Amino acid sequence: MKLTLKIWRQKNAQDKGRMVTYPIDGIDGDMSFLEMLDVLNDGLVSRGEEPVVFDHDCREGICGSCSLQINGEPHGPDRLITTCQLHMRKFSDGDTIVIEPFRAKAFPVIKDLMVDRSAFDRIQQAGGFISVNTSGNTIDANAIPIPKNDADHAFNAAACIGCGACVAACKNASAMLFTSAKVSQYALLPQGRVEATQRVLNMVAQMDEEGFGNCTNTGACEIECPKGISLENIARLNRELLSAQLKG
Amino acid sequence: MSLLSSSVMRKFAMALSGLFLVVFLAQHFVINITSVIAPDVFNQWSHFMGTNGLVQGILQPVLIFGVVFHFIMGFVLEIQNRRARAVRYVQYKGGASASWASRNMIISGAVIMAFLGLHFYDFWWPEIMHKYIESHPENPTRYYAETVHKFENPVRVGLYATAFILLALHLWHGFASSFQSVGFNNKYAQGLKGFTKFYAVLIPLGFLFIALYHHLNPIAH
Repeated sequence: MKLTLKIWRQKNAQDKGRMVTYPIDGIDGDMSFLEMLDVLNDGLVSRGEEPVVFDHDCREGICGSCSLQINGEPHGPDRLITTCQLHMRKFSDGDTIVIEPFRAKAFPVIKDLMVDRSAFDRIQQAGGFISVNTSGNTIDANAIPIPKNDADHAFNAAACIGCGACVAACKNASAMLFTSAKVSQYALLPQGRVEATQRVLNMVAQMDEEGFGNCTNTGACEIECPKGISLENIARLNRELLSAQLKG
Repeated sequence: MSLLSSSVMRKFAMALSGLFLVVFLAQHFVINITSVIAPDVFNQWSHFMGTNGLVQGILQPVLIFGVVFHFIMGFVLEIQNRRARAVRYVQYKGGASASWASRNMIISGAVIMAFLGLHFYDFWWPEIMHKYIESHPENPTRYYAETVHKFENPVRVGLYATAFILLALHLWHGFASSFQSVGFNNKYAQGLKGFTKFYAVLIPLGFLFIALYHHLNPIAH
């Protein structure tokens, strides 16, 4: 397969950045998208050029590290997969592929296609946890009966890998789907109810402080999410926050 | 955290003001449709709305506040949202995952705002002139003829028609979205979604029908 890649190159956070065109040949349909970039980088290094920097780790759709905007969509044209799970058979010989970093003020570019998503970490640190006494008398979580429906919904919310595709897809660069998944994951379980009020207030305040946009319910986040996190989590966050505000 | 300092509470306020305006639109439509089916009833209701102290003294100021709040908050949110992505994408396929109506509420909203300027110039300002500045004596039968005369001009009808189509698109996303914003998304909300889409088409098309009907059925001056 012969392709033309248009890739965002940016030396550092201060650099303005630009699109650079790279022709590439010999790409097999069974390669993953990241393997295709590996081939490109091998060529660049052998020619003494700077390789393209991009985030990746597990390469099996679990870690949430890969974060490319491919032809205008986060993680590319396929649904319910991350970039590392995207195969080159999705493209045709002669295609031009535009590759950009996830764009958001809260996700500043570090270099080329790699962005700083530590804003998500800070939202998580603001309340995405439960306080448990771990000094030897921890209660087994399975000892607390939980309705299956609640457990299923909490598990679905917990499937969020924090890749940032929701932010990248949203026209407002809103982080509501991520934050709502983290809030829901605990709000649905008895262990999480204890700190629910403070959790939602702190996490939403941190989300706003990071400079993400406002959610306008376009639903793009849900469609582009590689883990299928549902918009019902955003409605739950809205209820949780309203209830927390009323409690003062 | 003050009430509107949180992004979630801002959209909650946006949803509530939107729902209030949805209710107002239904009431406005019910009165307007009588101009097609029963002109005398239209005159009676218009006279009531224009002279009743509760409507004029309380409901009208509340409505104006609701409209102004919805518009200002809409623009504030849009500015914040644009700032949240300072560097735009070279290629962005918004249409792959979200409808045009949901992605362009600011455009449909701005057109509706411009339309309201025209609508106030056509109906609200002449009423204020008639009642409070020129101080004409009350005439409960004047409303029907005045309304029909307004739709003689095809340019005005065209502008109204454009605004009604954009209103339909605005409601198509906004009405259903307001339930999500207030956290109401259970099975009943899913059922109501169909009604919101029906409403989004019915009310603007109804207004469009009324404008066209009066344009095509003029009455003598």
